[in-house]
Amino acid sequence: MAIILFVGFVAFVLWLSFYLGARTRTSNAYYAAGGQIHWGVNGIAFAGDYLSAASFLGICGMIATVGYDGFLYSIGYLAGWIVALFVVAEAMKRLGKYTFTDALDAKFDSRGIKLAAAISTLIISIFYLIPQMVGAGVLVEPLLGLAHHWGVLIVGAVVITIVATAGMTSTTYVQFIKGGLLIIFSTVLVISVLGRGFTTKPDQGGKVQYYEYASMPAEMSGGQLTVTEPGWDVVEIEEVGVTKTKIARFALLDNGGARTWWELEKKPTGLLLQETQSVIVTPDGQKTINGSPASDGNQLRQIGNVEILRGEKMAPSGRMTPFSFLAGMSDPNTTIRRWQNAKFTDESENAVTVYFPVLTTGNKFMRPGLKFKVEGSPIEKLDFISLMLALFCGTAALPHILIRYYTVPDPASARKSTIVAIAAIGFFYILTLFMGLGAMMNGVVPPADNNMAAPLLARSFTELLFAVISAIAFATILGTVSGLIVAASGAVAHDLADRYMGISMSDQTKVKVGKIAALVVGAFAIVLGIVFKGMNVSFLVGLAFAVAASANLPSIIMLLFWKKTTAKGITASIFTGIVSALVLIALSPDLFKQFGLDPTTAPIPFTNPGIISIPLSFTVLVVVSLMTQKKDEEDAEAEAA
Amino acid sequence: MLHEPAAQAGEDFSAAYKTRLGVQMFIPYLLFYAGFVALSLASPQSMEAIVLLGMNLATVYGFALIVVALILALIYDGLCRAREARDKAASIADAAAGAAAETAATDKGEAN
Repeated sequence: MAIILFVGFVAFVLWLSFYLGARTRTSNAYYAAGGQIHWGVNGIAFAGDYLSAASFLGICGMIATVGYDGFLYSIGYLAGWIVALFVVAEAMKRLGKYTFTDALDAKFDSRGIKLAAAISTLIISIFYLIPQMVGAGVLVEPLLGLAHHWGVLIVGAVVITIVATAGMTSTTYVQFIKGGLLIIFSTVLVISVLGRGFTTKPDQGGKVQYYEYASMPAEMSGGQLTVTEPGWDVVEIEEVGVTKTKIARFALLDNGGARTWWELEKKPTGLLLQETQSVIVTPDGQKTINGSPASDGNQLRQIGNVEILRGEKMAPSGRMTPFSFLAGMSDPNTTIRRWQNAKFTDESENAVTVYFPVLTTGNKFMRPGLKFKVEGSPIEKLDFISLMLALFCGTAALPHILIRYYTVPDPASARKSTIVAIAAIGFFYILTLFMGLGAMMNGVVPPADNNMAAPLLARSFTELLFAVISAIAFATILGTVSGLIVAASGAVAHDLADRYMGISMSDQTKVKVGKIAALVVGAFAIVLGIVFKGMNVSFLVGLAFAVAASANLPSIIMLLFWKKTTAKGITASIFTGIVSALVLIALSPDLFKQFGLDPTTAPIPFTNPGIISIPLSFTVLVVVSLMTQKKDEEDAEAEAA
Repeated sequence: MLHEPAAQAGEDFSAAYKTRLGVQMFIPYLLFYAGFVALSLASPQSMEAIVLLGMNLATVYGFALIVVALILALIYDGLCRAREARDKAASIADAAAGAAAETAATDKGEAN
């Protein structure tokens, strides 16, 4: 069913592209859909562009594992649209032709701005492309049973075909269809969650038996750990730092030859061994999961459940209202079983990953603090502010969002389509809270990759819903990647080749160059999608927002509101924003961790660069503009002469 | 090199008003958003307080940031539309008055 739906959807998208491609003759039609898209269609297409893999897969997965902190992304992403509506929308439409560079450069006609803005568009688009392609790979594994790289290749090939055939017109209609379907079927999924009712022993509608994790007492005497239960022998004990302040102890136990890792906890009643899930990879590549060789039938169990609901061990069943659902989750007498992981190398040089449960009360789960340490050190607090700043400022600076303002006929349509987008995206983001919490409560979260939480929540209801949701999730990626590749190809063909290098091109040649650029960028995205397999989708998108907010937003804002802004000021600001954001990201603890380095040795103590790079970019623009006031006027006069 | 929009639109007589209004409406929302971030940092425990229909302050504030964004957007659109209609009507009236004056001047010239 999933395969039929998926193939059917992809075939429809390709047909639409060829159909609309036959009508695309001019660069105006290719890059800006002729500026004739209806604002209502454009508004939903905005939602389609914006609700990428990060929104659907990443946020739901993050809410399922860290609760409210995942919802912070929903809040920040939506709030950013207010900047787009009140400050940027109509002005961008009035100033530009095809690309964000056109708008920035409208007043100056500066080669520096053309180069800087085109490079910025390319870098941000590529940053944003990586998580989409990684998400595609993640999705095809359970959907089609294909390896990660096949998913990336399929998305790449389909998107290149879409973009190379019809450009912005087909991209817009693909986004419109996908955005609409995503919102409709996410609503169906949330209604299904509320209809199923609360459960403390999730069994996925009777499909998967609820697994009770065992615990057993242990004793420590003379530095030797022994298990009270007969038949269990302690092989070794490891101490692992799982956070800056928390050290966990794990014991490898042998039971008749089967070896599993248990978490050793100190309780008021004595020592307790708590069952975990573990993946052990031997130096020669043999993989065991939970004590048995890895196979199709032996994979990590899906996780997440409400342990106690409002003080009751057995949750009452029956329908819930949206309010009673959230009230139940937020209750201090509700206990949620979350999971964390620890990675280490054991005494036999095996690479071990242990997934172990952590109990969190509902009131803590449903407020900021589990992922972002709002009660932590000043640096951790600064990191939180930095993230919220980047999310707020990033939306109005994303190139694939900005180019959508050129597809409508006039500034009023740009405004109205932004309002439709806010309504559609806002509604969807409210749904993410229910989908994420629903995935956790129904125990469908894969421990090693929470990106699949929402599609697997759908599977817990029916295969049909899973197939539809997965096909839409795949289309989500297709649509976003299409928009990004159009933006990137516009930057190459229009901004760099035509306007920066001054290569004289006919209208049709310009379209041809754009299509070749789409092919190259698409191929590059395929390679990156394969190389960056396993990276967290939301993490990467958050960074793309920070780069966009640092590189583009200061220029847009100052151009509109400060008359002394000069071309050199804008150019310097864009380069400063890109370089400072990228350097801060490259030296951050999260990236060190991602590449297997010790995060405590990272020179920059926080992960989100926005708090430094955005003000720095503003400052450079002001300083350079003030320094080049006269120079710019002279240059303009010389050019006029 | 051309900078004109992809589709030609008529002159926007209300552009200055809409820019000013946008900034005036942006600032309260910015403060509302900043308040959320500040409260999360200064007093995260207060986000646990049950404030509406069993939901805690974090949930209600988060939803409010989404809903208020839409309400402000609709108010902004309403005010912009009203102003656009008024400015357009005024420009048409000005153009008509100008044309009438021109015609009257021509008629007077012919009569002389």
